Amino acid sequence: MVEKLDQIFVVLKQQALGFVPDAGRPFVSALISIAFIPLVFATLFAFVTVLERKGLGRIQNRYGPNRVGIPLTKIRLCGFGQFIPDGIKSLTKEDIVPRAADKVVHFLAPIVILIPVLLAYAVLPIGRNMTAADYDAGVLFFFAVGGAVELSVFMAGWSSRNKYSLLGAMRAIAQMISYEVPLILSAVTVIMIVGSLKTGDIVAAQNHYTFGLARWFVFTPWGLAGFILFFIASLAESNRTPFDLPEAESEIIAGYYTEYSGFKFALFFLGEYLGMFAAIGLGITLFLGGWTAPFSFLTWVPSYLWFFAKLLALIFTFIWIRGTLPRLRMDQLMNFAWKFMLPLALVNIVAAGLWHFMDHGPLRWAVCSALIFGSYAILGRGLMEKQKLGKRIYRFAD
Amino acid sequence: MSPAFIIIAVVTLFAAAAAMSLRNLVHCALSFVVAFAGLAAIYLQLDAQFVGFAQILVYVGAIAILIVFAILLTRSDAPANRAILAPGWMVGIAVATVVFATLGWTVLNSAGLPGEMPPAPEAKVKNIGDALMTQYVLPLEAIGLLLTAALIGAVIIAMREEPPKAGGSRGDEAEREGRP
Amino acid sequence: MTPLQGCLLVSALLFAIGLAGAVTRRNAILALVGIELMLNAANLNFIAFWRYGPHPEALSGMMIVIFSIAIAAAEAAVGLALIIAIYRHYRTVNLDEMKNLKG
Repeated sequence: MVEKLDQIFVVLKQQALGFVPDAGRPFVSALISIAFIPLVFATLFAFVTVLERKGLGRIQNRYGPNRVGIPLTKIRLCGFGQFIPDGIKSLTKEDIVPRAADKVVHFLAPIVILIPVLLAYAVLPIGRNMTAADYDAGVLFFFAVGGAVELSVFMAGWSSRNKYSLLGAMRAIAQMISYEVPLILSAVTVIMIVGSLKTGDIVAAQNHYTFGLARWFVFTPWGLAGFILFFIASLAESNRTPFDLPEAESEIIAGYYTEYSGFKFALFFLGEYLGMFAAIGLGITLFLGGWTAPFSFLTWVPSYLWFFAKLLALIFTFIWIRGTLPRLRMDQLMNFAWKFMLPLALVNIVAAGLWHFMDHGPLRWAVCSALIFGSYAILGRGLMEKQKLGKRIYRFAD
Repeated sequence: MSPAFIIIAVVTLFAAAAAMSLRNLVHCALSFVVAFAGLAAIYLQLDAQFVGFAQILVYVGAIAILIVFAILLTRSDAPANRAILAPGWMVGIAVATVVFATLGWTVLNSAGLPGEMPPAPEAKVKNIGDALMTQYVLPLEAIGLLLTAALIGAVIIAMREEPPKAGGSRGDEAEREGRP
Repeated sequence: MTPLQGCLLVSALLFAIGLAGAVTRRNAILALVGIELMLNAANLNFIAFWRYGPHPEALSGMMIVIFSIAIAAAEAAVGLALIIAIYRHYRTVNLDEMKNLKG
């Protein structure tokens, strides 16, 4: 019974394929797997936009949207129907294109951001046997299509023929390229230990339980450091606060999508959030065990529910960080990536290698933790050297 | 040849021709990206998965952005007032046509090419990793050295040189401030 | 025409297009783009022969293409750095105007 619930989508797909003649079967199978991804994740996007506004509102000591439930009725649903009027608004707003803009490139930029982001979902294992395309080089595919997003940012910024759009686009590209390096290096530790680039193998390597606790990589010292690095780098890759200088409203209006209105803006918004979900999904696969349960007595819960529970928990953490931390300046951002996260990621790789070759026991825990924590302390001290931190001084207007 | 291969090849060739002949340099760079993506698709058709993904990661994700930044930094994105083709461009095109004719004739009339299609090879990433660490470890280390040298060299060549300032300590302070 | 001949023809045409562009355009950056196209055409040639030739399990075609992509990246980086440095000096990237050997 538990297995049936776990594999219910796989079984449904097999039964649907039974109605299709043999010749069209691979095509329809691919179509079903592909259709699943935008349906599920676009619904999640709609839900998360409302969740974000309510979450940010509560952090800022106000209610978020709480009136729109089911439209045309008086049912409020605590405001979770807000995405319906938002969607209608973005579809019906006038589509303004600046006169001097490069029309073809301006039109193509939102499409070019959406395609690689949707492609990236193909290698994420959403449940047991539920990966759309389990490539041999799955993680490499994810990072390859993730790199194509920067091109669309440039296209949007340049084609608007607007100084501020171009400036925002250049800042955004510089930030994304800088943070791609710690992102990939922190994923390399997991690939090194597992020995395979297949996402299915990575999740299977974490599917063991010792004393009831799962052997996720986040429960090892190098895995914890790697997860934190991956988390911060994916915050920067998705242009979320504290790394949203290129697109914050008080900084540069809207950065590279200043000149976009209506549905194109909605597509950019969708692409950014879907990119965030994909990066979080990969982080869950690499470090948090993908679809596996944390405790062995909880394995009866279906695998896809675990994946979405972890996804929602991390999305909530992203929203929490957005409401809490101030923004980093551009040079602080770049310093942080190149002078702190990159050396820490390299030390993490060495620590993961040491972990693999030492015998099980407290010695390897001590050595790896000392290595990582020691380099963190040294790097942190090195970066803070020029700033004098004293007691907080309050200045009040007279 | 499957229709998929023909379509991808036609798109790639059109994009490459556009990359070499458009007036606006940024449009050239973007068609260049389409050409690379088409090439990556051809690699995937030929069962070379790792190389196809590496092509997208390196070329589309890094080299295309480098080229775009260079176009912007050298102010080449403004519309060109003068002719875009060098003098003697007809000779260049003639030479290219002769090269293609020679290569094409050799390919079509060569007797040494294998006829049937062998089964798909097992190019798993594990085998590539094993080969890189056992048989090809020397080129791997050499490439590491080359990339380091290229990185340091590119940074040094493109670094803005501070003009030498008169006065000892003031000059040093200005230099320390000026360096990013 | 066998599939191998098709791939080789595509590669030859790409090479010719890259050569034409590298030789005829005035802008230095486009010359570099032409060179990259020629490198890619050669890579396609290697992969086609690896796929359709004997002993594809020896992976030699794939290996050389992996190294070639890395070398092309390094060369593009250094070439573009040179172009930027030259622009700073001459204020132009037009290849016809870089005629002096003395700086």
